[in-house]
Amino acid sequence: MNMQEKNISENNFEQCIKCTVCTVYCPVVPVNPLYPGPKQAGPDGERLRLKKGLFFDDTLKYCLNCKRCEVACPSGVRIGDIIQAARIKYGSGSPKLRDMILANTDFMGSVATVAAPVVNATLGLKPVKAVMDGVLKVDKRRTFPKYTSKKFESWYKGIASSQDSFGKHVSYFHGCYVNYNYPQLGKDVITVMNALGYGVHLLENEKCCGTALISNGMIDQAKRNAEHNIGSLRKSVQEKKMPVIGASSSCMFTIRDEYPHLLGVDNKDVRDSFELATRFIYRLIEDGKAKLVFKKDYKANVAYHTPCHMERLGWSIFSTELIRIIPGVTLTVLDSNCCGIAGTYGFKKENYEVSQAIGKPLFDQIGRIAPDYVACDCETCKWQIEMSTGVTVKNPISILAEALDLEATAAANR
Amino acid sequence: MGYAARDNEFDVIIVGGGITGAGTARDCAIRGLKVLLVERHDIATGATGRNHGLLHSGARYAVTDRESAEECIKENMILRKIARHCVEETEGLFLTLPEDDLEYQKKFVESCQAAGINAKVIDPKEAMRMEPSANPDIIGAVQVPDGAVDPFRLTSANVIDAKLHGAKVLVYSEVTRIIKDGDTVKGVEVYNTITKQKAEYYAPITVNAGGIWGQRIAELAGTKINMFPAKGALLIFGHRVNNVVLNRCRKPANADILVPGDTICLIGTTSSRVPFEEVDNMYVTADEVDVLLKEGEKLAPSLASTRILRAYAGVRPLVATDDDPSGRNISRGIVLLDHETRDGIKGFVTITGGKLMTYRLMAEWATDLVCKKLGVDKKCVTMNTPLPGSEHEEIDEISKKTWAKPGTPHKATVGRHGGRAVQIGLENEYEASLVCECEEVSVGEVKYAINELDVHNLVDLRRRTRVGMGTCQGELCACRASGLLADAHKCTERAKADLKNFVNERWKGMYPVCWGDTLRESEYSQWIYSGVCGLEAEEESPKTE
Repeated sequence: MNMQEKNISENNFEQCIKCTVCTVYCPVVPVNPLYPGPKQAGPDGERLRLKKGLFFDDTLKYCLNCKRCEVACPSGVRIGDIIQAARIKYGSGSPKLRDMILANTDFMGSVATVAAPVVNATLGLKPVKAVMDGVLKVDKRRTFPKYTSKKFESWYKGIASSQDSFGKHVSYFHGCYVNYNYPQLGKDVITVMNALGYGVHLLENEKCCGTALISNGMIDQAKRNAEHNIGSLRKSVQEKKMPVIGASSSCMFTIRDEYPHLLGVDNKDVRDSFELATRFIYRLIEDGKAKLVFKKDYKANVAYHTPCHMERLGWSIFSTELIRIIPGVTLTVLDSNCCGIAGTYGFKKENYEVSQAIGKPLFDQIGRIAPDYVACDCETCKWQIEMSTGVTVKNPISILAEALDLEATAAANR
Repeated sequence: MGYAARDNEFDVIIVGGGITGAGTARDCAIRGLKVLLVERHDIATGATGRNHGLLHSGARYAVTDRESAEECIKENMILRKIARHCVEETEGLFLTLPEDDLEYQKKFVESCQAAGINAKVIDPKEAMRMEPSANPDIIGAVQVPDGAVDPFRLTSANVIDAKLHGAKVLVYSEVTRIIKDGDTVKGVEVYNTITKQKAEYYAPITVNAGGIWGQRIAELAGTKINMFPAKGALLIFGHRVNNVVLNRCRKPANADILVPGDTICLIGTTSSRVPFEEVDNMYVTADEVDVLLKEGEKLAPSLASTRILRAYAGVRPLVATDDDPSGRNISRGIVLLDHETRDGIKGFVTITGGKLMTYRLMAEWATDLVCKKLGVDKKCVTMNTPLPGSEHEEIDEISKKTWAKPGTPHKATVGRHGGRAVQIGLENEYEASLVCECEEVSVGEVKYAINELDVHNLVDLRRRTRVGMGTCQGELCACRASGLLADAHKCTERAKADLKNFVNERWKGMYPVCWGDTLRESEYSQWIYSGVCGLEAEEESPKTE
């Protein structure tokens, strides 16, 4: 029969055969009894919502959008997408002030960087935390990421011209975190890529990828950012023939997968040319197109944490293998568990306890191993793990930057 | 009336627990009669539970059968008022495809308007906006007041109300003999298939509301009715692709109605004459599945890629307009036979023909005749009296009034039971936990159904609550529900046999469409039931063709 060869439904929700393995892998289910779990919130609830929107359940807000359910699903159902799409379609009205503040990472970042010393100091003060806790419902137990006083983009202007002299070129999507909080990671990316013989360029007027906008329901703004960013990616990939790299797994995941799936922004023509720096470098080495030379005396005991979106991308193997190449490193790959922060989720007062409970198995394991530092491709995981364990977290690219003999590497790749 | 001396004496006995019998029992009970309703299986097992669940506007009959069309639109408007929790006001569209004759549309609209049906021609683009799943190639569209009606809920609500008005309801009670004294029917002998007991019940009037099976009841009473069983097959899809009823604007033919029904949608039907001997064992053939898919896809192209949950067939109780042996003169209209004037058999009345849509009117006619014979002067009030559960407001309001934080399962429960849902305990964690995850049926709802709604087995439970009607077709819920039934009946063996029967009954519907994800699902169910639950295979495989 040529009819009915394939059952295709939105997000494949009808492929669900109710095996329930997604619920087993959901980090929220064991710690928050109010959350019905991915199967019920996703494909099961969708049938009722298709009947009438009033069957939408407010408890869907407890979903972290970690996508671990999708990784677990043997039937290819995009469970996380179904849940997020339902929140977008049926969720109640306009976001709270608190959510708008948390979600607008680039707006808040550009305000805060101007007054960084003041902001950093005040955010640490008890009365300020009490006000944020009481008025804005941002949990007072949370430590805030520090703002930088000089944006990465401003710093880059000073070195931009030096990048033209390289023989090969890439563009770099740095993300809000690098720009406003931690320019050092951006500098490390440039250091490593330069050593490999690549000039690094910024995209035309990069905007926040929108991860936090999506999870806080600010879809119109997310869509505008998405369209702008895909336009910039296109310019780089198609006109300048420069592939684009990034070092944040969540920005990467959002731009590659959430844009088409949740925002309806088509990225087919550039998706394959946008990847994590670790994957880009690993593949160069695989193909014999790059060589890494390391410092003789570099020694470190490293534990790698797999961020949820990295799990969904299926790319943690590139980061871990790259770290393993470093001769002086002992690497432990931690059990793949969600750290609980899920972007802005853990900052919200109502989620604090759940957030910490989700992360507990991970924190406990890090405590037992006591590594020199944790390696991780995601900045929000970094805040959560550093706050909850006291162990420093570094991006694999920063570890490479530290461990590489830069001059020897540059010579080997000339 | 109504002061009969003994427990087994009634004013009227109604045979048949389909919608006609249930409606008649309700009407008689409301008019103060002492009523006994007997049904050989469960309520709504026959044609009542095996149709489209379409709240006809009457438009489908407007061109060919004005009388039926007029009845439909009147009853349609009444059911919207009295059966709110059983009805969904979806609206309907009659679509003209390029292969159909657009001329027919004109005749169709004229006929609708003549029958009092508000049919209006709309721009095909407007039709696409109303229902985005409709075939974008349409060249014409007419909007009509179609809707969806849940026949199980409707029958159950009528039974509840009959009981609230003092009626006695006996399910799993088969009429084995009509008790006669000369030319007069005095009552019925009934065999209870669960307790295996026989009993006799007496009443001055017995109403035969057996649908297609009424032919046998009439034979037991010593007369003959010529039924012409016409089989209709339908396919159930895994979710709703449409929220507006879609019809083809052409002379009624195969597979030209797509109805959204609760969480699913149904395409149907076919129509083929079947011998009377086969009416108890309906199956769906591969050819019927092909026709339904081929034609259905033309109404809504996405049906071609939507998972089919199951196929089923029902039998239309078509009846020859009185003694016409050729069967040429078949009506879809209501047939009320007073056997005293027709055959000289006193105290015996048959109400048959008609449709789910006109059940209330059929009940009114039958009850009028019963009252006349009993000398009771009471007017029918069912056209203005809401059914139990339908008195209240919308799902949201009832939910908010009843529970502090109503979630999807609470609202789904209200959707099924209307205002009666306030009686269902969902307070503690156990009662609120789910038995059926696809349809969101909780332990509390299952217990309510077992205690209050004459549920004797899993299939009955399915008709009252939708347990096992969802995507997984009983994979996760049947064993849980079976446990609750075993508890209620204090019998594990009976529950185990029942579970086997239920799983096989689900399989029967999946078998004709068992490919793709439905095949994967059935494999997975089999692992669960034979591998995890240790349910052995039937020694004799279930009858499927």
